Amino acid sequence: MKNKIDYSSDWNLDPAPESTGHIKLKTKYNLFIGGKWVKPKSGKYFATINPATEHKIADVAEAGQADVDAAVKAAKTAYDTVWSKLSGKERGKYIYRIARLIQEKAREFSVIESLDSGKVIRESRDIDIPLAAAHFFYYAGWADKLEYAFPNRQPKSLGVAAQITPWNFPMLMIAWKIAPALAAGNTVVLKPAETTSLTALKLAEVIQEAGLPDGVVNIVTGYGKTGAMMVEHKDVDKVAFTGSTGVGKIIMKSIAGTNKKSTMELGGKAANIIFEDAPLDQAVEGIINGIYFNQGHVCCAGSRLFVQESVYDVVLRKLKDRMESLYVGDPMDKNTDIGAINSKKQLDVINDYIKIGKAEGADIYQPKCKIPKKGFWCKPTLFTNVAQSNRIAQEEIFGPVLAIQTFRTVDEVITKANNTPYGLSAGVWTDKGSKVFNLTSQLKAGVVWANTYNKFDPTSPFGGYKESGHGREGGLHGLEPYLKFD
Amino acid sequence: MAEKDYRLSPRVDQVGIQDRVDRITKRSVKSEAKRKGLLMTLNMIDLTTLEGADTDFKVKQMCYKAQHLHDSFPGLPTTAAVCVYPNFVKAAVNEVKGSGVKVASVATAFPSGHSSSEIKLLDTKIAVDNGAHEIDMVISRGKFHSGEYNFVHDEIAAIKEACGKARLKVILETGELGTFDKVRRASDIAMDAGADFIKTSTGKISPAATLPVTLVMLEAIKDYYYETGKMIGMKPAGGISNSKLALQYLLMVKETLGGKWLSNEWFRFGASSLANDVLMQIMKQESGNYQSKDYFSKD
Repeated sequence: MKNKIDYSSDWNLDPAPESTGHIKLKTKYNLFIGGKWVKPKSGKYFATINPATEHKIADVAEAGQADVDAAVKAAKTAYDTVWSKLSGKERGKYIYRIARLIQEKAREFSVIESLDSGKVIRESRDIDIPLAAAHFFYYAGWADKLEYAFPNRQPKSLGVAAQITPWNFPMLMIAWKIAPALAAGNTVVLKPAETTSLTALKLAEVIQEAGLPDGVVNIVTGYGKTGAMMVEHKDVDKVAFTGSTGVGKIIMKSIAGTNKKSTMELGGKAANIIFEDAPLDQAVEGIINGIYFNQGHVCCAGSRLFVQESVYDVVLRKLKDRMESLYVGDPMDKNTDIGAINSKKQLDVINDYIKIGKAEGADIYQPKCKIPKKGFWCKPTLFTNVAQSNRIAQEEIFGPVLAIQTFRTVDEVITKANNTPYGLSAGVWTDKGSKVFNLTSQLKAGVVWANTYNKFDPTSPFGGYKESGHGREGGLHGLEPYLKFD
Repeated sequence: MAEKDYRLSPRVDQVGIQDRVDRITKRSVKSEAKRKGLLMTLNMIDLTTLEGADTDFKVKQMCYKAQHLHDSFPGLPTTAAVCVYPNFVKAAVNEVKGSGVKVASVATAFPSGHSSSEIKLLDTKIAVDNGAHEIDMVISRGKFHSGEYNFVHDEIAAIKEACGKARLKVILETGELGTFDKVRRASDIAMDAGADFIKTSTGKISPAATLPVTLVMLEAIKDYYYETGKMIGMKPAGGISNSKLALQYLLMVKETLGGKWLSNEWFRFGASSLANDVLMQIMKQESGNYQSKDYFSKD
């Protein structure tokens, strides 16, 4: 290309760090069981670190079998004696109270979220925490209207829900789980991911402050082992899991043959499809938002890009240009676009896939941005010259790595987009409405965005086809997995 | 070569444009970056008076201000230009002589653009003959809406020729175009016809300049640059009256077109009251306190 735009400039932004002085964190966290902070009977603690600096933030309890037993018992007692006897209206009041408290402490929550997870403050402040509060508000409204939500079906709560949440949207995923469970009349034992326990523990404080009856929500921290103990517990009536497809399969095997209901929100490898008649500059913004949002740690990330061949060169040029103005680095800086990779473990996974992509013969491109020395970082990355049979085009990388393919016809791209074991989400970019409707009806994905990407709202159900899981979270549909019907 | 069909200009999605703008408005410009950005802003202003009540004396006052923004604080730049009606060009040229401040004149039956071709050409020629360095013309929006794109194109080309050495800014009056698709189309026509700058608005129609509409035009400039290698300038005008907003415009230019466009050679603000707000911010950065508005001259 003869002309190239030079994005370097002698006018550059100065650091604009969000202040952290206002947050209140303990150095050591116990388990939140039966409305009280209790020391783990296991006696074990593990460190949670800031992935941007590798500094330890706090020690967090690791729940063992006796702790899980105590938590489930507390939840069951609370269900039998208090929560199942309350009217929907009363339950709603508590949930509203939690929502309001999250809103009041939004700043503290977002700073803690960014410190603990590596996600940028812009996202935790503008997306994660406000959306988490919105989920509580939304489901609080349903608590006394279940009869109207499911007319003539006599909805009834299930009992104790064991909920296991991931590290990519720690607080938001907790809201997705706890809010509908409480609205439907269940009690909860929740385990956050081991690398991001802090906002869950902060939420426990909010729950105390809201005066929720003891044991209605119990928060136990720990690794996968703790989660397995929860899932296998005989007094658990419902399992809700968000995480990898691999773990989802293990959970489904372990609850097979029991009466436990389940919701699984698992992996994805979404197709983001750009037609030649699309608004290309905005499509490029959608590609960026689709794959680099939250460092690509997004189950619905638009990680497979399909570009119609006639506009491939121009889309690639625009995409590379756009990548030049992405700031990578300190998650606490208000100007940062791409923060830290959540853990060393995940960084290794991503780096392995980058190696695999190179070995498969795909061409790698990364912008010139600098990354900090300490902490876990990955530059925004894209691969061109990718084949559908490449592993980087088939497997979920869960990082800021985009695999780009071209296509010629509508039928071809539908076939390729559906040619994956996953089916969580997809994006379609075209100026033609009829094309949008054709694709939305043919793509096997739980969510299809048209001319936008990664838009979330509490009223909209979210969930997958095929190995991306089952059950829906959000909207009216999100209540159903927490209810039984006569 | 087949004649270009401007109906095929790239499409623009409103929601997507707003998303991109939101990313830019959330950026935080602090410390040295802010100081530099504010000084750059002052130096990019086309200080403007376009009122029915304009007089030689009013123009003279404004010309002095353009060269002496706030003399009690040394080291400030001048504005890029002053912008006046054609009949004040002579007076303005006389006032800014030797200062480096350019004189821009609106022309072509500003602001409506409704007049005969002869009058529009003459309007331009008189301004140029009187020494205007830059001409801010308006496009014929009526013809544009009728789909007479060739007319609009040829009219701009004719004015460009009449400009001689003067640089031509083409005002699209985006507030009258209705959609971003049309803004993009009008930008493409203006650039093809020889515009040196494309400009959003006359300031007489609301909405005038907005960040989204400016982004659409900057993207058009970028595509044109890749296509032809020619740099085109951008001038949002009207409605930009505070420093924060001005800095957001500059960030948008930086992130869309790169550092090369960050000079008054390629980017201007058409504004009458922006300068004082920028001055106030600069003084605040210097002294730590906001000063009274009455410390800054209003002319």
